[in-house]
Amino acid sequence: MAVVVARRLLDALPVLVGSSLLVFLLVHLSGDPALLMLSPDTPPEQVAEFRRAHGLDQPLHVQYLRFVGGAIRGDLGESIRFRRPALDLVLEALPATLELAAASLVLVVGVGVPLGVLSAARTGTAMDAAVRGLVFVGQGTPPFWLGLMLIVVFAVKLRLLPSSGRGDFSQLVLPAVTLAAYFVAAVARLTRGGLVAALRSDYVRTARAKGLAPWRVLFGHALRNVLIPVVTMIGLQTGTLLGGAVVTETIFAWPGMGRLIVDSIYRRDYPVVQAAILVTVVLFVAVNLVVDLSYRLLDPRVRHE
Amino acid sequence: MSRGRAARLLAVACGGVVGAFALIALFAPWLAPYDPNGTDLGSRLLPPAFLERGRLAHPLGTDHLGRDILSRLVAGSRVTLLVGASTVLLGGLVGGAIGLATGFFGGVLDRVAMRLADVQASFPYILVSLALIAVLGPSLGIVIAVLGLASWPVYARTIRGAVLAVRSRDYVTVAVALGAHPMRILAAHVTPNVLGPLVIVATLQVSNVMIAEATLSFLGLGVPLSTPTWGGMLREGQSYLFYAPWLAAWPGLAIMLVAVSTNFLGDALNDRIASA
Repeated sequence: MAVVVARRLLDALPVLVGSSLLVFLLVHLSGDPALLMLSPDTPPEQVAEFRRAHGLDQPLHVQYLRFVGGAIRGDLGESIRFRRPALDLVLEALPATLELAAASLVLVVGVGVPLGVLSAARTGTAMDAAVRGLVFVGQGTPPFWLGLMLIVVFAVKLRLLPSSGRGDFSQLVLPAVTLAAYFVAAVARLTRGGLVAALRSDYVRTARAKGLAPWRVLFGHALRNVLIPVVTMIGLQTGTLLGGAVVTETIFAWPGMGRLIVDSIYRRDYPVVQAAILVTVVLFVAVNLVVDLSYRLLDPRVRHE
Repeated sequence: MSRGRAARLLAVACGGVVGAFALIALFAPWLAPYDPNGTDLGSRLLPPAFLERGRLAHPLGTDHLGRDILSRLVAGSRVTLLVGASTVLLGGLVGGAIGLATGFFGGVLDRVAMRLADVQASFPYILVSLALIAVLGPSLGIVIAVLGLASWPVYARTIRGAVLAVRSRDYVTVAVALGAHPMRILAAHVTPNVLGPLVIVATLQVSNVMIAEATLSFLGLGVPLSTPTWGGMLREGQSYLFYAPWLAAWPGLAIMLVAVSTNFLGDALNDRIASA
């Protein structure tokens, strides 16, 4: 187990190095990071002072090594807007985003997988056609539009749910549904596709021939084999999910990392943007490590390798 | 009606929607009934014609400056089509070329490129696009470049896989045995046989790119607001959700219609090639 973890962490190293380089270069793309982060009417002396204070007068490779050195010690620079460590701001906003992501994940697994099963167990019926239609609509709907329409229907017209903020459960419903919709469709599609193939396989024929109850064949034999691709996809989509949180949080005024990023971009507070992107990448790597390890739980063949 | 026939009819209908959308975008200046940026403060926030107070002169209503929604939707289709087509072309060319080269030649090139693809895939792409566009300044060209280049791994992976499958076919083995130059094999034998998967990925990518462009415009970091775009219309409509929800409804419906149609078309194409 420890060997597997170590090997996976080593695999993740290029990803971490590559992303740190990209995030570092991001602010240098415009030519002059100081001018990017300061307001246009800043006097030249203050610009020069800013450069000295942030080490921007050093050669590029020295700056990068400093950036990485700082990142390893947990120092990702200071927010220009709040004069506080950028990483602290990101970590304070993180729980709200994780709450939203977890709620969406519950919906994705709790709705997406059953929809896929329903559709695959009844291929060719009206139920199957309905699920497939839903999948296409779900994958073609812009998430932010879905969010706005949910606000119109449930907050403005029906007055059932609040349209913004974070606190009690009712405030979580609309943002979670908005964020989950696309992934519910994707998981339903993947589950259906995998199950249809699995139900045609030899081991399912054998299980049926043994006289097992249809539901045991479906859940005990066929579905188990579909879970690995589903879990893999959920892992690989973590980045997209966290990216989707940017839009969702902006619409619903959800005080998470996504809204922090958008606000920081608007206010040119790039150290916070850099810190947030790096934290997202680390989260992605961590989630996929867990996904990799979960194979061993889901599939005995992996354990015996 | 048989299942196959129903599916074919639906595919034709989706093709019709996509075709109509392309024609509307191409001929937008002649089709829009009003100047899409022409304001008319006397007829602000008119609801669609089928609602109370609606007027037939503005079938889909007007926005907070009295601009005609239908005309803005028609004009906005141009940016959607332009971004959709050119980003897919850019991503497909770059990613397709990398996929061809890595799949065919393998080796260090392959390992490095696939690692790079991993790195990029672990990046939340909308976040990076947002940050890049904020740094470089929002413009149509930047949006196309960022979204197009960000999508190369999807194409590279698919094409690489297809090339690996084709490379082991008999006709390639024969060509190698006959002493054909590798570049000739790549151009004459491999490339034509991986175009199918490339077209399918590209079709399925169109809706993603359109939604991404709309997302950027919605967040105010896409194409500058002086150009009407569907995402930009949604952004402006957001402030009027209470009084004029149709402002946000129409552009979203338009995006959804085109996105669902292209997805369905890509899927039908995929089934067709898979069963052929």
